[in-house]
Amino acid sequence: MTIKGKAYIAGIYEHPTRHAPDKSTAQLHAEVAKGAIEDAGLTKADIDGYFCAGDAPGGLWPMVDYLGLKVRHMDSTETGGCSYLIHLGHAAEAIAAGKCSIALVTLAGKPRTGPMPARAAGAEADFEAAYGATTHNAYGMCAMRHMHDYGTTSEQLAWIKVAASHHAQYNPHAMLKDVVTVEDVINSPMISDPLHRMDCCVVTDGGGAMIVTTAEIAKSLKKPLVRLIGHGEAMKGPRGGKDIDLTYSAGVWSGPRAFEEAGITPKDIKYASIYDSFTITVLMQLEDLGFCKKGEGGKFVSDGNLISGVGKLPFNTDGGGLCSNHPVNRGGMTKILEAVRQLRGEAHPKVQVPNCDLAIAHGTGGLLGVRHAASTCILERV
Amino acid sequence: MAESKKYPAPVTNPETAQFWEAAKAGKFMIKRCTACGEPHYFPRSICPFCFSDKTEWEEASGEATIYTYSLMRKSPTGPYAIAYVTLKEGPSLQTNIVDCDLTSLKIGQKVKVVFKPTDGAPLPFFTAA
Repeated sequence: MTIKGKAYIAGIYEHPTRHAPDKSTAQLHAEVAKGAIEDAGLTKADIDGYFCAGDAPGGLWPMVDYLGLKVRHMDSTETGGCSYLIHLGHAAEAIAAGKCSIALVTLAGKPRTGPMPARAAGAEADFEAAYGATTHNAYGMCAMRHMHDYGTTSEQLAWIKVAASHHAQYNPHAMLKDVVTVEDVINSPMISDPLHRMDCCVVTDGGGAMIVTTAEIAKSLKKPLVRLIGHGEAMKGPRGGKDIDLTYSAGVWSGPRAFEEAGITPKDIKYASIYDSFTITVLMQLEDLGFCKKGEGGKFVSDGNLISGVGKLPFNTDGGGLCSNHPVNRGGMTKILEAVRQLRGEAHPKVQVPNCDLAIAHGTGGLLGVRHAASTCILERV
Repeated sequence: MAESKKYPAPVTNPETAQFWEAAKAGKFMIKRCTACGEPHYFPRSICPFCFSDKTEWEEASGEATIYTYSLMRKSPTGPYAIAYVTLKEGPSLQTNIVDCDLTSLKIGQKVKVVFKPTDGAPLPFFTAA
C-alpha cells in the first residue's frame, strides 16, 4: 500500500493579514477555508473531510459546526507546527481508502494580538516546566551543540535569514520586506545564545488552508495538477534521557520515508519549503533530509545557496517564517502553500523556479531541543 | 535576580511521589530498570526502553556535565541558563544552571545538583561543581 499519487492539492489560500485584532480566530479559519474552496473552484457543500489542529478553537466539534460542514471523515492530529504536513499525509490515506474525497485543512490564529492558549501538561511537567524552556532557548540549545560538534558559525546561520529576506522583498504580504546582510543578522541583539533576534521567525496573526482531493476530481477542476507522492512522519524526544543528541531532528526518519515512497532522492528536488522557526531549524533539517551530510549544513547554506536564481536549492521563496508569515507560531501550512505555488508556476516571477516539477515541504512541531514531531511531504506537478 | 525567582511547586502524582519525598531530604533520585539495567529520567514506573515494570529508585550522585545550554538574555525574572546535563549515571535531563557565572558556561563543564525551595517539594537545579 502507498499513498503515492493518490491525493492532489486542488486548492490553496494564505490569509494576507499579518495582524488581525478586528477578527476572531474562528473567523480566520472560515476565511481561509473559503479562500481555499474558491481557489479549487468548489463549494463548501463539496467538502466531506475536515482536518484541524490545536489552533482551532475548541477542536474538531466546534469547528465543524461553526463552519457548517457535513463531513464523513475527521482528524485533529496535533503535532504543533508540522500538524498540517501530517494532515496532508493523513488526508491522502483517507482519500486512498475512500473515507473522503474532498478534504479541507485549516490553520489560523492570532498570537500577535493576544496570548496563546496554554498547552495541556504532559507526564514530564513537574520535571521540566520550572526551567523555562521557550522556543528561543530550546532551539538555542540545538544551535549551541551543533556549533560545538561541527564548528557551525553564526555567520553561516545568518545566510539562511539573508536568503529568506531576498525572497521576502517580492512578497507584498511579507511582514519583513527589507533585504538584510550577514552582518545585520549577527549584529542584531542576542536573544538566547547563540541565536540573535534575526535568527528568529516573525510572530503573525493569520492562517492558511488547502483542499486535498482525488485524481479524478482534481482533473475536473481548473488548477494545475499538484499531487502528493511521498509522506513521512516521526517523533523525537529525550526518551528517558538516553537519546540526548540535539544536533539532529526527527526529520532523519520522516525524510527517508517520504523519499522512499516517492521513489526520488534529494538531488531531484527543484524547490524546498523548509520550516524556519529559527535559522538553526533550517540548517538541521537540510542535513537530516539528506541535502548535505550531517555537520555540513553551515557550508551548504552559505554564499546564497538557498536564494532562488542564485543557489542550488531555492528555499522558502515567499520569505518563509523568518520574513513573511508564521501564523499561530505554526509554519507547516505555509510551507505547503508556497511549494504548491512553485509547482503551479504561481510564485512571484522573481523567485519562481523554472520547470519546477518536484518540491519538498518539510517541518517540525513542538520544541526541537526538547521533544518534537517532524513531517515530510514530497509534491509533484503532473 | 535568579535567587529571588519563585519556582512552581511540583504537582506530584503516585508515580513520582517518592522522587519528591526524597528531594525534601536533599536526595536526587533516578529510576533504574532491573530487567535491562538501564537508568532513566524523569522517573517512570515502566521502563521506557524494555517496558519492564521492574524499575527501582536509586539515589544518583548528583554529578553531571553540561551537554548543551542557552543563556536567555531577557525574561521578566532576569537572564537564566537552560541546559541539558548528563548525569554521571547516564541519563541526560533538562535543567537550569544556577548560582554561578552564567556568562562563562561551557559544554562539558562539570556541574552538581542543588535544590531550590518551592511552596511544595524542592526542585533540582545544577550549579558549577
